[in-house]
Amino acid sequence: MQESAENMAQTERMAKGTVQGTIKAKHQRLVLLVIALVVLIGAALLAAWALRNQASYFYVPAEIQAHPPESGRAVRLGGMVAKGSLKTEADGVTIAFAVEDGKARVPVRFKGIVPSLFVEGSGVVAEGHMGAGGVFEADNLLAKHDENYVPREMKDMTREQAEKVMRETTR
Amino acid sequence: MTAELGLAALWLAAALAGLQLLAGALALAGRGTSLAGIVRPVAVVQGVLALVAFLCLIAVFAETDLSVKLVAMNSHSLKPLVFKIAGAWGNHEGSMLLWVTVMGMAGGVVALVERRLPEPTILATLAGQAFVSLGFYAFLLIASNPFERLFPVPEEGNGLNPLLQDLGLAFHPPTLYLGYVGLSVAFSFAIGALVTRQVGPAFARAMRPWVLGAWIFLTLGITAGSYWAYYELGWGGWWFWDPVENASLMPWLAATALLHSVSVLAARDALRAWTVMLGVVAFSMSMIGTFLVRSGILTSVHAFAVDPQRGSFILALLAINIGGALTLFALRAGTVTEGERFALVSREGALVFNNVMLSAILGIVLFGTLYPLVAEAMGAKVSVGPPYFNPMGALFAVPMLVVLAIGPMLRWRRDSFPRIGRQLVIPAMLVGAGLIAMVAIGGVGILPTLGFALALGLGWASVLPLKGRNLRRTPLPVWGMVIAHFGIAVSLLGMSCESAFSVEKLVAIKTGDATGVGPWQIKLDAVQPMAGPNWTALEARLLVRYGDHGKVVQIDPQSRSFWAPPQQTSESALLTRWNGQLYAVLGGEADDGRWQLRLWWKPFVPLIWLGGVLIALGGLLALIGRVASDLRRIFAREKIAYRRGRMADLERAQSEDPS
Repeated sequence: MQESAENMAQTERMAKGTVQGTIKAKHQRLVLLVIALVVLIGAALLAAWALRNQASYFYVPAEIQAHPPESGRAVRLGGMVAKGSLKTEADGVTIAFAVEDGKARVPVRFKGIVPSLFVEGSGVVAEGHMGAGGVFEADNLLAKHDENYVPREMKDMTREQAEKVMRETTR
Repeated sequence: MTAELGLAALWLAAALAGLQLLAGALALAGRGTSLAGIVRPVAVVQGVLALVAFLCLIAVFAETDLSVKLVAMNSHSLKPLVFKIAGAWGNHEGSMLLWVTVMGMAGGVVALVERRLPEPTILATLAGQAFVSLGFYAFLLIASNPFERLFPVPEEGNGLNPLLQDLGLAFHPPTLYLGYVGLSVAFSFAIGALVTRQVGPAFARAMRPWVLGAWIFLTLGITAGSYWAYYELGWGGWWFWDPVENASLMPWLAATALLHSVSVLAARDALRAWTVMLGVVAFSMSMIGTFLVRSGILTSVHAFAVDPQRGSFILALLAINIGGALTLFALRAGTVTEGERFALVSREGALVFNNVMLSAILGIVLFGTLYPLVAEAMGAKVSVGPPYFNPMGALFAVPMLVVLAIGPMLRWRRDSFPRIGRQLVIPAMLVGAGLIAMVAIGGVGILPTLGFALALGLGWASVLPLKGRNLRRTPLPVWGMVIAHFGIAVSLLGMSCESAFSVEKLVAIKTGDATGVGPWQIKLDAVQPMAGPNWTALEARLLVRYGDHGKVVQIDPQSRSFWAPPQQTSESALLTRWNGQLYAVLGGEADDGRWQLRLWWKPFVPLIWLGGVLIALGGLLALIGRVASDLRRIFAREKIAYRRGRMADLERAQSEDPS
């Protein structure tokens, strides 16, 4: 208790003496405002720079063939799983398939548990990066969960493709 | 009948909100002082009516009244009762009704209990609350009527998204909504204080319990949502930087900043304009979150509405509320007189620093969440994920955590580092030891390394404010602060360990075969079919053993197929030990009869959510402490008033007494 009383007395003395002395009376609010603004604008600029570098772009197979993304950069690939292309490797958990959009095909490798509605001829969005030899290494596969869920990018598919997706996945 | 009753209550409540706004505004303008008296009762009745409407909706869901369109679209007679009830808010219309209900009731509570502020400020606050509510009532009644009837009546409903048929999920949205809407009260208080130019400690004390309460609910909601994503999605992760997660994180960041600046305002009468600004920002983030989630511009399990009219409606509400509040702020901020000053090295200085850091993180998250929308408008399809959010967030989180460890030891107004220097030796050594340990282990990324070291230091530093105190006499808010800060250290430790030490195994094995992950030995005993009320499943029986001498335990991951609506989910199996969690997911069957299994050993991962619960508990203690001392003050004042009255009576009696 006594210590805190002393503290209070000390703080009082300090308040009377130094606080008003060191900080020019009216300007504290301005200084704080400027510091806060500088930090926030700095954060915004950094964010803009990082977004340019880190945002993962969405590709369809034709775009991948025309302008392949640098290998290792995180991108997303969307299209239909090509009929007859789906193979499971000997370890039982790695699959290889091709994604097509009617103009081009891109081979994809994925190690993991596939979404339940992932079948040949259905739509898929693969998250990953281009690996060596033009094979897309997928870290994650997004497929249609149910009739209300379509990966956002697939909304722009042609009518026939969309209908095909509907037929294939809502059996 | 119930549906019509609910709709009538909703219309009445909307009308009362209009009346509340009108009467409050007129009374403030000095044109109807007689109207001032009705504002509080109207606010209370409005809250009650909104509640009646919401209860009606729950009733039609509970009895599966399929003539109500919303029930037919989202429910199913075979669903367990608890999910029928939870289904009432597991859809767009119901969740918006829940929103206005909570908002109306919060306004009612303010009207009933808040007596400390000058009456004009309360009138302005309640009018502001009514203004915001009115927008949402209009949205419900015009664009998303939850009680709309359907003809002809269908034989059966569509069912609820199976991912949402989970007990945790039944209570996750209401928890978050309580948080969002609690911030609407803070917003209204900020508006009220700006309109009447009454920004000061009394305003801060009136606002603080609401901010604290909202913040507790947001903390719990985010923690529960993260745990749900962890075990229900079956991807082994606990945070995906999904726009929907960000939508709940942004109000939390703003509320955390607000919570601290409101404390400075209450204790020291500093940071006046900043606190008001944060009050506006925090609720704006709630509304932006709701817009992102509900407008359908983002696709996820949360995006119920894909109706463009609704998106535009919410966007308009957003623009009116946020734009209006910011305009008011711009007009009035200059007239809010400057509060008390403080030195750079002081408790206030540390709190301001962390406020700015939190705002920067908020900006980073907001940018990253909105960027895909902006990019899409310009013709590029992008998504933004961990490679952006993790390093950018850490850039500001690391200095924030350092200051978080030091700040509570600093004195108000002015302090110096040499005074507290000695106390910081042990935390600094712990940070050093943590860094060395992680580097020695090797192969650990920068962020987990930093997180681990900071968690150790912060864990120690967070309890230092209790040093030298009589623990029995330590006020509850101090306990709350210590526990919440300690919770951050706990959570951070869990995140770092999960990220640094998780082991994953993906295999395909036949029944009877064994495999292992980390220290675990795992045998696939059998795979059997199962059936539930509205699903069938394949269930794997795994016999697992920790180390060579552990007891054999059975866990059963499932792969479930729902039929209404048709969808498959994987029910992961979790086995928790004191030092971590074993996580098992059953995949598909390969052609040769092998079963896919995905297994993780995640050391100390439960600490993430334990930390979240501790943070919320700290908030709860602070809230209890604040409310209790407010009540004591009210009682003391009434007692004094009563005694004064008695004295006056006595004196009068004596003076009248001729003898």
